[in-house]
Amino acid sequence: MTSLAQYNSKNKNSTKRSINWTPYLFLAIPLVIYFMWIIAPTFYTFFLSFTNWDGIETPQVYGIDIENRSLFYNYERLLRPNEDFQLFSEDEPELFKFDRDFETAIGNNVRWLIIFITVPTTAGLGLAMIFNADMKGGRWFKISFYAPLVLSFPVIGLIWAWVYNPNPNLGLINSLLFSMGMPEDNLPGWLSDADMAIYAIIFAAVWRQVGYVMILYLAGLKNIDPTLVDAAQVDGANRWQLFRNVIFPLLAPVTTIIVVISIIDSLRSFDLVQVMTRGNNGTEVLANYMYMEAFNNYKMGFGASIAVFLFLISLVFIGFYLFRTYKEEVEY
Amino acid sequence: MSSVASQQPINTTNITQTENTFGKQAGTFFKYAFLITLTILWLVPILAAGVTAFRTMADINANGFWSVPAEISFDNFTRAWDQAKVSQYLGNSFLITLPSLFFMLLLSSLASFALARYRFKLNLPLYFMFVAGTMLPFQILLLPVFRLANTLGLYDTHWALIIIHTAFQMGFCTFVLRNFMKGVPSEIFEAAKVDGASEFRQYWQMMLPLSLPAMAALATLEFTWVFNDYLWALVLIRSTSLKPVTAGLSTLQGQYVTDWPLITAGAILATLPTILVFVFLQRYFIQGLTLGSNK
Repeated sequence: MTSLAQYNSKNKNSTKRSINWTPYLFLAIPLVIYFMWIIAPTFYTFFLSFTNWDGIETPQVYGIDIENRSLFYNYERLLRPNEDFQLFSEDEPELFKFDRDFETAIGNNVRWLIIFITVPTTAGLGLAMIFNADMKGGRWFKISFYAPLVLSFPVIGLIWAWVYNPNPNLGLINSLLFSMGMPEDNLPGWLSDADMAIYAIIFAAVWRQVGYVMILYLAGLKNIDPTLVDAAQVDGANRWQLFRNVIFPLLAPVTTIIVVISIIDSLRSFDLVQVMTRGNNGTEVLANYMYMEAFNNYKMGFGASIAVFLFLISLVFIGFYLFRTYKEEVEY
Repeated sequence: MSSVASQQPINTTNITQTENTFGKQAGTFFKYAFLITLTILWLVPILAAGVTAFRTMADINANGFWSVPAEISFDNFTRAWDQAKVSQYLGNSFLITLPSLFFMLLLSSLASFALARYRFKLNLPLYFMFVAGTMLPFQILLLPVFRLANTLGLYDTHWALIIIHTAFQMGFCTFVLRNFMKGVPSEIFEAAKVDGASEFRQYWQMMLPLSLPAMAALATLEFTWVFNDYLWALVLIRSTSLKPVTAGLSTLQGQYVTDWPLITAGAILATLPTILVFVFLQRYFIQGLTLGSNK
């Protein structure tokens, strides 16, 4: 409560009750930059999502500047199923080669999210449990598992593109399968197989994520009070009981953070898709869909509506995390 | 942070100490055999890339990916460095990353000092704004930032990237530093105030030096993040001569589609700075990663 005392003493010194401007002086420059480049742009995207902006001309707002459209035109295009679109598209049919990319993207984001909150979390926790104990060479094992974290996504994409190369002589997996006697026609197509491609990309992402989760769990394990573990052992808990009833519950805060990080990361997934398939072969995800529509097809107004959609999904989880942080702050 | 170092790690494997020695030794053997196999499998993609960079494409085409290299050559590295311009891309990456680091740490330390030291109405709302900002999907910012950069004449310059990295990462840095600074006892600042130190001196000569451990961890982590950024480079840079190494690598991949050894050599050169940071500043890197989650 020292800060309260300091607050009072400040008021005593000044003749009238006034706002203490000092914190705002410290915050001025950071806030100006943050508002200009992060906060205002977030809201501006909402505005752009109601326009026909193409990146060059001044954006025109649907329903106001362009009268025969509704304000939510971009969202209607995004959310309506294909068939209905004939109604809208008679005068500009080229705009509506609507190939259900949006549905594909949502499906893939959901797959990514489910895999991301289960697989790396379990694997990372398992590895953390193994390497938390002192063991010979433990440090090197740990380094091996989190090494992929320092690689950039273009490099990871590059490496995994060879792992998945379908050529029976050149692909890392396929040449191995081929040399073990698998006939050439049966070799998996990996990234060129539309049923498999997205999982291949997610696996590469998981490969990078596991080490990250492991680090977070290792830090969490170090924070556990050893006397609790000792007490459980004295009470005769076996290893599984110890993990299930003592360690895992104590790790709950770390697990929550890891789940939030995994969700946010899976909604952000862009780089690997862009590098490995550019969203082709049924691998579209929302982040890449938005990028391609806006910066490849110059449908920036439409791209903005995808961005808003992505933002609103994220907002659910951001809100949850903020609420959690807020409760902690209030407890102080 | 401070609690991380002080406690003994709990021992999760030594629990069944009553087993007989033979069973224990066999168990250890199998555990290591399993772990070593797993680790090697885990690293195969990286190791394979490492070997490929020293081979020639003719050799790979003739003998396949898993063959023993016919000859080892460093030629791919020199070609990637000069011809494929990896040296230039790397230079650009540093020109973008280092100023970004400087500005984001400076600005976020100012903001954190205000949020950690003073009690004022907007304190918590501003703090939550920074926390929320770290979790935004980049897509919500792409178009307005693209437009703003164009309007200000910053598009296709390094400054555009420096500013957006500074601004975006300020959220995370402020989140971490504010929580670190909250842990610094306020008594020492009261004492300094009595001695006549101005608020700014309290920040510059006391809080900053005290925050160095957290800043070092942040700097290491942010170095890898900014250095490895790909999306913003795609959106804000057009000229090949200005691209950082992540975007440059894609360009290189397009130019030398079939020359795997050259591309891999380029990728290895491109990754060297982050690997070096990782090897030499590993402790800070790990601290940085856990700072945000373990406050």
